[in-house]
Amino acid sequence: MIRLDRVTVRYGHGRNAIAAASDISFAVAPGAAFGLVGESGSGKSTVLRSIAGLIPHAEGQVQLGGAAMPPQRNRAQRRLVQMVFQDPYGSLHPNQTVDQALASPLRIQGLDGGEQRIATALREVGLGPEHRFRFPHQLSGGQRQRVAIARALIVAPRILLLDEPTSALDVSVQAEILNLLVRLRRERGLTLLMVSHDLAVIAHLCDRVGVMQHGALVELTSSDALAAGAVTHPHTLELLRSNAGYDMRGAEAARFEA
Amino acid sequence: MSGVTLRGWLLDAAPASRRQARFGRWYRTWLSFQNNSLAVAGLLIVLALVLSAIGAPLIADPQAAILQHLAQRLQPGSAAHWFGTDELGRDIFARIVFGSRITLTIVALVSAIVVPVGLGIGLPAGYFGGVVDAVLMRLTDIFLAFPRLVLALAFAAALGPGIENAVIAIALTAWPPYARLARAETLTRRNAEFVQAAVLQGASPISILFRQIVPLCLPSVVIRLTLDMAGIIITAAGLGFLGLGAQPPAPEWGAMVASGRQVLLDQWWVATIPGIAIFITSVGFNLLGDGLRDVADARSS
Repeated sequence: MIRLDRVTVRYGHGRNAIAAASDISFAVAPGAAFGLVGESGSGKSTVLRSIAGLIPHAEGQVQLGGAAMPPQRNRAQRRLVQMVFQDPYGSLHPNQTVDQALASPLRIQGLDGGEQRIATALREVGLGPEHRFRFPHQLSGGQRQRVAIARALIVAPRILLLDEPTSALDVSVQAEILNLLVRLRRERGLTLLMVSHDLAVIAHLCDRVGVMQHGALVELTSSDALAAGAVTHPHTLELLRSNAGYDMRGAEAARFEA
Repeated sequence: MSGVTLRGWLLDAAPASRRQARFGRWYRTWLSFQNNSLAVAGLLIVLALVLSAIGAPLIADPQAAILQHLAQRLQPGSAAHWFGTDELGRDIFARIVFGSRITLTIVALVSAIVVPVGLGIGLPAGYFGGVVDAVLMRLTDIFLAFPRLVLALAFAAALGPGIENAVIAIALTAWPPYARLARAETLTRRNAEFVQAAVLQGASPISILFRQIVPLCLPSVVIRLTLDMAGIIITAAGLGFLGLGAQPPAPEWGAMVASGRQVLLDQWWVATIPGIAIFITSVGFNLLGDGLRDVADARSS
């Protein structure tokens, strides 16, 4: 469903250009969930944004649903991929009600039956009709993130990109949002690509994991292998150790390593 | 009883329709606005200006504003002429009331030109950046480099005296700050995640500008406009004073001040009353703008 072939993303021009991600290749099967982990600045969000088509890639090829994506995507290509952002406070327009936020993708994509679709989308993410005409400032962080998920899913994309969707939320709300994502993925057969620095979150949602460091993909592994500590690259081991405090499996892995 | 239920309907935390959500939002804005008594005073002054412009013939005799009674020239205030008469025996009260029409026309026309031009230059400059930004902003800088009244004077002199030309002259000198404001607001929003979400949905740049960014720019533009209104009224009065604005016998406040200055010491009311009208209107717009800004600041924080 997602295939990256030697993708390089650069910021800046000429001599000042910095390769934020270089020579990234991996593939995600339809219906699978793939996690990208790494420290801040490792280029994982850059890769996600270039798959979303928000930033152009300098070299290589991004294939989605079997077709290579051109630099300027059309409406149908846009509809294929949607994204949930990290900050639930910045990802909703402050002057638009939930209803408007959900109606505008339908209008842009020319989808009919808006009334029905909006009601269904809200129900699917666990929000009621009473939330429909609220403004973002009348919602909690978790509710906002649910709205953002509903907005992404209302155009029925096949791929959902998640940019640290839970890192700005309380721990209890994090679990709710993760469980919601797990359920939606199962019900809709979504292909998920999630970026996080939290290995526990990745392990909960994803089957396969890519580890990034300094703009390069250093290791491709499975979340089972990650949990068992059966990884080879030194940076992956480092990440495991630094996450050990959060996660029992991570803690075991760290002890095993020591 | 119905007042209580209407209030409850407006402040409902879970509105049931788009209409209710919108009205509720306006009502909350109004509630925070009315806490500021100075802002409400400003609003009342502006409303009084609008009402006197609309209802001018009901408030004063249209004939008295233009009709000359040389026998009754330069009369002090009395029951017949509340604010006295000017050097041609015209009733100053009637001229003030009808002058509010001219002032309001200038204010409305300047706003109608300045806001679209300012947004039209500032939004693309901020959103697209690069060459578009450089060209549009250098153009803005050129207009900003001239002193406002002097440039307006030059335009009014070149286009010929008259109220339409005064409006054009003021608008030509007033738009650059709006372009800069719109650009700055756009720059802070263009990489916002809700804009990226709209890009992902397949929205075109035009639709992103109009649906996502303009609603966020408009409050600060409107506030800036009300704060500038005082300056616009004074510039219009200044052009009128210099004989480049509305032409006699139109009762333009600035021209009235000008005509009264020969008799300022003996018949002070001829120049002072229109001066007070200009002052009160300017203060009214300023207070209203301050109040609106406070409301907008409270909402964004």
